[in-house]
Amino acid sequence: MYVAVKGGERAIQNAHAWLAEERRGDASVAELSIAQIREQLSLAVNRVMAEGSLYDPDLAALAIKQARGDLIEAIFLIRAYRTTLPRFGASSPVDTGDMACDRRISATFKDLPGGQVLGPTFDYTHRLLDFKLAADGEVPQAPMREADPAPVPHVTGFLNREGLIEEAQPDDTPPPDLTREPLEMPADRALRLQALTRADEGFTLSMAYSTQRGYGRNHAFVGELRIGTVPVEMDIPELGFAIEIGEITLTECETVNQFKGSKTEPPQFTRGYGLVFGQTERKAISMALVDRALRWEELGEDNVGAPAQDAEFVLYHADNIQATGFLEHIKLPHYVDFQSELELVRKLRRSVEKSQHQEAAE
Amino acid sequence: MKDTTDQTPDRKAWMSLMAKAREGRVAALLDAALTRPTFTWLRAPEIGSVMVRGRAGGTGAPFNLGEMTVTRCALTLTTGEVGHAYIQGRSKPDAEAAALVDALMFTDAAATLRARVLEPLEQEQTARRTTRAQKAAATKVDFFTMVRGED
Amino acid sequence: MQAQTLEGGFTSPATDAAHAFRGVMEAMARPGTIHALKGAKPPAPLSVAAGVALLTLCDTETPVYLAGNADCDAVRAWVAFHTGAPLTGPATCMFALGTWDALNPLSVYPVGTSEYPDRSATLIVESADLAQSGTTLTGPGIRDTAALSLPETQAFQDNAALFPLGLDFFFTSGDRIAALPRSTKVS
Repeated sequence: MYVAVKGGERAIQNAHAWLAEERRGDASVAELSIAQIREQLSLAVNRVMAEGSLYDPDLAALAIKQARGDLIEAIFLIRAYRTTLPRFGASSPVDTGDMACDRRISATFKDLPGGQVLGPTFDYTHRLLDFKLAADGEVPQAPMREADPAPVPHVTGFLNREGLIEEAQPDDTPPPDLTREPLEMPADRALRLQALTRADEGFTLSMAYSTQRGYGRNHAFVGELRIGTVPVEMDIPELGFAIEIGEITLTECETVNQFKGSKTEPPQFTRGYGLVFGQTERKAISMALVDRALRWEELGEDNVGAPAQDAEFVLYHADNIQATGFLEHIKLPHYVDFQSELELVRKLRRSVEKSQHQEAAE
Repeated sequence: MKDTTDQTPDRKAWMSLMAKAREGRVAALLDAALTRPTFTWLRAPEIGSVMVRGRAGGTGAPFNLGEMTVTRCALTLTTGEVGHAYIQGRSKPDAEAAALVDALMFTDAAATLRARVLEPLEQEQTARRTTRAQKAAATKVDFFTMVRGED
Repeated sequence: MQAQTLEGGFTSPATDAAHAFRGVMEAMARPGTIHALKGAKPPAPLSVAAGVALLTLCDTETPVYLAGNADCDAVRAWVAFHTGAPLTGPATCMFALGTWDALNPLSVYPVGTSEYPDRSATLIVESADLAQSGTTLTGPGIRDTAALSLPETQAFQDNAALFPLGLDFFFTSGDRIAALPRSTKVS
């Protein structure tokens, strides 16, 4: 039986009106501006840009305000907006070697050209609540020191010189784009990296953590972690040359992993790679670990059956908008589906009762 | 109508500079420098996206990192010069101002605009970059050896 | 680059493109019918209809092959500015534009795959004239039969035999456009 139902329009409108009021909260408390969110909740803004897959701090801040701070809802809003934009083209690959670094650390080498630059990090804080922030307070300007304007070289370059680490072979194959063509298996590394950079931070973190705990262990060191700005350059067809169309903040993580060697490769270090919009360090490290775990096949390693080695499992479950869409849809009306289930259970019970009745009679 | 390409390296530099300017800056500097000329649109300001690419391992095969918002437009002055703009973000007035400056750089106003729009923009961007670099430098670790076991 | 190549696009992109898309879609949905298109002033040798079709259907993600005379500086520059479409060869294009002779042989164009039949080329054939007479057409979108002045018959019969793979065709002449999808039978 098919039951068409209608109604609830007024209830929905009133629910939305109440949502708007609740979003505003107590009207005697000052309203948040987009600029305040952009400047003071910048790591939330960064996460929304990374997983929304659209670099625009003002839009991300607006989405966070509209979503009442629910970051997955904000990411959903950004993804929806993104689909309305005509795409002018693709940039040249950004040169992270040319990054103006706010932060650049290596866990593998103490002394390295450019040095260990901590940047504005939570590391080494005591994780004690700072009640001074509960009161208004002026922040003193951060100290400054003479800076060396030279570009900061990549750490993996040093290992490269000794031939102790696999090389990232230059290649200019146009990459596949999962926003244009459905994600298909087997996914090459370019497609995996695109899926991972926009993947849910929590999922990526858990997958990365599982490899550290032994599920597809590959013993990663953070060869280098850098955060800073790079210019984005694009060829403009009507001009016949490339120009910089903007500047973005990125977090890049390269891991250095043990590798015992295979039939074709000598023992050496291998690499995992993470590159994410904004200052998003936990995500970039997680991405590098998961990238490395997914590379087992091309490196000739054993598949030990670990979840993080299963590209289909990882890539098809990493997107929080797909996940939340499917998960949350089950709260929407399923009256007809459930009606048929109900009929089925009643029928099954009747036949069980009937046969029990017969057995009792015999 | 005229348009030249012999200024390519220079033009690339000024277009790149304006693409990265803070919201409202190009328009403010332009209006302070001269009265805007009349023009017609070749392409009215349009907000869109550009897919930003990275490289696996920093130097390997390219992959799609995510998109960024970009606004572009093209116009022609009544005297025939053509101006283009591709700027970061979603500001149509800024794209218009950038395209006007681009076109005017092919006129007698070039020297004025260089001194009153491009050079101030360049100084602002350099100052911002230097400040951050100096703050970063102040967080650089100076290692010193406490004990060396050489016995 | 000459400013002329920067002109001749849609003056009001949203409405012009919507009207043009309607015309292009009607032509493809009802094979053999002829529709007038307007809103573009492409450089020679492109017809108005071919120019409108390019503006409507092409963007940075649709590689275009310009065949024969259509492959000239003025057209290249115009396509680059107004659509951003990359120019390519026949084997890798999604759209191809030229006269029937220039576009041939058809065997080099992608006809799609069984998983993705849509990954095939659409050919925009510049024609001296277009008339609802000549070859007989039957199939989806045609009530009984239709007729269209096709440059030949055999090539389209061979193409229809590939269904669900195959090429789709637009024919343009002046400001007029007609179409022949792969689903149409030709006799």
